[in-house]
Amino acid sequence: MVEDFSKLSGIQVDALREIGNVGAGNAATALAQMINSRIDMSVPRVNILPFAEVPDLIGGADLHVAGIYLQVDGPAPASILFILPIEQASRLVQMLMGLPAGESKTSDFSEMEMSAMMELGNIISATYLNALSMFTQLDFIPSVPALGMDMAGALLDAVLAQFGEIADHVLVLETVFKKDNEDVVGNFFLMPEPGALNTILKALGVSI
Amino acid sequence: MSKIIQVGMADLKVARPPDKLVTAGLGSCIGICILDKSTQIASLTHIMLPSSLQAKNTDNKAKFADTGIAMVIDEMRKTGANLNGMVAKIAGGAQMFKFSGENDILKIGERNAVAVMENLEKHKIRLLAKDVGGNYGRTITFDPQTGQLLVRTIGHGEQVI
Repeated sequence: MVEDFSKLSGIQVDALREIGNVGAGNAATALAQMINSRIDMSVPRVNILPFAEVPDLIGGADLHVAGIYLQVDGPAPASILFILPIEQASRLVQMLMGLPAGESKTSDFSEMEMSAMMELGNIISATYLNALSMFTQLDFIPSVPALGMDMAGALLDAVLAQFGEIADHVLVLETVFKKDNEDVVGNFFLMPEPGALNTILKALGVSI
Repeated sequence: MSKIIQVGMADLKVARPPDKLVTAGLGSCIGICILDKSTQIASLTHIMLPSSLQAKNTDNKAKFADTGIAMVIDEMRKTGANLNGMVAKIAGGAQMFKFSGENDILKIGERNAVAVMENLEKHKIRLLAKDVGGNYGRTITFDPQTGQLLVRTIGHGEQVI
């Protein structure tokens, strides 16, 4: 399957980047409405990485983060992981719940706050996948979100383990969300399973 | 000067004192530290999956408990370690995400821990200590000089095993 990834042509990478762009654009709009604040996004990057290098995308395996994870079912199964530095997650939740901006915390989140974080992941993922569906005419069915707050590497390896039996590399479609154009809000990762990539590319008319 | 040798996901490294071995952010993965006391040759293997048998891609042996342990023993022996004096300490194997339904892949941490212990026993390596399970990540530092394994967590303290 590594061959699959390394065989991607420029057109295919561009196609993936474009669906990432539209998907993330929708998600950024939804996020902005939820917290009533301007959200910008980076140009999506298509990364093909060995597992060990994935944590570097978000600042290292040791970084304390909140991660919202969804499994995506359907003809092109994938994993979605939305990772935010824990302070950012705390701030976003305060905005989401209409609380005054207090000290951002790193622990002792209430059930309500954690549920708000999951909802955040849910809405971003759903809007992203809607765009993906429109482009590809494929159905993407997300699971309920799961939340983890811990070291970035620990959350990632739990997700990457399921790719491990068939691959040594993972394709990460990455978008960085920013608030007021400076604070990094979070990194959104879409990781198609190796077979699913072909299905997506075929649907986009640029199959391998 | 002692070096800190980083071991990535699905990777393994061999070291001698005064160098130390580190792997950061173990979730469902397991860090397997093996030490040959007679030569102080040590290793750290960061495995992701319990078994290579059902895997479609086994190019990277360090990814699996079975092939990873076999390979690291071989590497240690090549650098002069003595097979009879090997002992081990392990950490990791957590369940990082909770879903409501049953899902095998998410219990991978538990299966990893069982597989690591079985394979250590198969190679007659005595397990001296373990810190496995739970729902939190671990960053570990192994010191071949003392044989001590430092386990750091976020919010669950830090301990030496």
